[in-house]
Amino acid sequence: MNGALSGANLAHIRKRRLKSQMFGALCGAAAFIAVAILLTLIGKLLVDGLNRVSWSFLTSMPSQMFPAKAGIKSSLVGSMWVMALTILFVVPLGVGAAIYLEELQTRENWFTRFVRINIANLAGVPSIVFGMLGLTLFVYVFGFGKSILTGALTMAILVLPMVILVSQEALKAVPKSFREASLAMGTTQWQTVRRVVLPNALPGILTGIILAAARAIGETAPLIVVGAVGLVTFLPDSVDDRYTVLPLQILDWAQHPRAEFKTAAAAAILVLIALLLVLNSAAIIIRARAQKKV
Amino acid sequence: MATLGFESKIGEKITNAASKAMGRAIRENAVRTFCFFCAAVSIIATVGIVYVLVSETVPFFKEASLIEFLTGRTWQPTHINTPQYGVWPLLMGSLMITIGSGLVSIPLGLLVGIYLAEYAPSGVRKVLKPLLELLAGIPSVVFGYFALTLITPALKNVIPGISPLNAAAGAIVVGFMTLPLVASLCEDAISAVPKALSEAAYGLGSTKAEVIIKIVLPSALSGIVASFILALSRAVGETMAVTIAAGATPRFTLDPTKDIMTMTAQIVNFSKGDIDRGDIRYLSIFAIGLLLFVITFTMNLVAQRFVRKVGRPAK
Repeated sequence: MNGALSGANLAHIRKRRLKSQMFGALCGAAAFIAVAILLTLIGKLLVDGLNRVSWSFLTSMPSQMFPAKAGIKSSLVGSMWVMALTILFVVPLGVGAAIYLEELQTRENWFTRFVRINIANLAGVPSIVFGMLGLTLFVYVFGFGKSILTGALTMAILVLPMVILVSQEALKAVPKSFREASLAMGTTQWQTVRRVVLPNALPGILTGIILAAARAIGETAPLIVVGAVGLVTFLPDSVDDRYTVLPLQILDWAQHPRAEFKTAAAAAILVLIALLLVLNSAAIIIRARAQKKV
Repeated sequence: MATLGFESKIGEKITNAASKAMGRAIRENAVRTFCFFCAAVSIIATVGIVYVLVSETVPFFKEASLIEFLTGRTWQPTHINTPQYGVWPLLMGSLMITIGSGLVSIPLGLLVGIYLAEYAPSGVRKVLKPLLELLAGIPSVVFGYFALTLITPALKNVIPGISPLNAAAGAIVVGFMTLPLVASLCEDAISAVPKALSEAAYGLGSTKAEVIIKIVLPSALSGIVASFILALSRAVGETMAVTIAAGATPRFTLDPTKDIMTMTAQIVNFSKGDIDRGDIRYLSIFAIGLLLFVITFTMNLVAQRFVRKVGRPAK
């Protein structure tokens, strides 16, 4: 009988099925572990720091002497300065570069090919190396010193590849027919880009800018290299002032020998992660709205 | 006279149109030039990085010999009497973090990637993907805090002799950091494998695990390997988590329970104390930075080679 399976064969099939199920369970377990890691980390932060977060924590200066009174005013303000200036510098550069690559020089030549390869490579350079570029170029050669301006310029170069790549994707997603319709009406290329392509690509570009802001707010290493300080008890008046940022304040407190400062570090991390969550949700909402419109 | 006025009106219109067209042309050119400049900035940045790293490293090798730097086993550039410039302790620190993080991120990331591409129901995917993105978005300094307050105490239960700052905790949190990268790149590579291949295998009576392990994974291999290399390259360049977790003692050792120092941690440490240009600390961070750049750049190039293979149809 060719339809029947011998006992040995059946046992073999059962074993293979069992193995297959075990492999599936293993993959599921890995996913579960990844989520468990994230939840453990967040839970640990809430346990350590949630009680410490208060209005006065946000509005007090840091203190070496009194961990219970120390706050994150100077670092929060510093982070806002750096983030705002970084966005100011990187948006025209990143969007301009993307427009050049996707709209103005659509036929590939040696220059565009070189730029494309270069952007991919630049995105893989460790962040601390950007700090070293900033140290020599902005601090010493341009003479900006260890100022907010230097920090923001360094950060702008760091997030530039990301802004270019996301903007390119956003421009690519605009249908070709839109451009053709506009050009057929006798507009110039720039008029088409400004009035037709950019408005349609705006949600995508905005998402990229928000993600760049999130990156800029969390980065620490390059800012240490270009001279941001751990403990600052004044607010910067201008872009030439010295400054600290939230991650650096966290570093300072996390490395402090006194345990009370660990609590302050956890609280500052919660504020930082809350900021990142706000930025990320904004990006998600913008993306969702744009998809609904189409 | 009337005809003349008429003609002059036309002439005016023509000159108006001409000047408008000229204005447009100028604007068009200005925009083009500006955008060209923007695109060029990314190249200037790369050239700037290489130039700065090389030009500031040259004076370093007036103090130290290249051979000592690349072969020496002692790193104490600021020692007053007998400065020594062997980079190996820092390299081994970075190596331990990189390999250790790979032991965490590679198996976990690959399995999560397989789960996402082959097993996860769409509802689970919709929750899992943003959670992984969230994990990837947590700043490096925060992972340092976790290593210090969560991982090291946990490790102490297993290895009582472990030092309060140690390479193992640093490696584990860097593994957590790079896990989402491996998972999402592996998912992409697996999803890109043509359905016909796995359907043919199912048609021959294979089980799901057999299809995945014997057909899908080998077809997606280049993308998977690329994700591993990228994760390791990220770990080499990782700075804040290892600075906080792994310590600041350059040691020629591969013992993960000891406090060590990575290349990146040394750069941060020397940068912290307001260094002046030309100072030996300033010079040595550029020598280390150049080495770091060369290592990560090579790894990224190799990874890109692998990625390019994915696009090609299988023969």
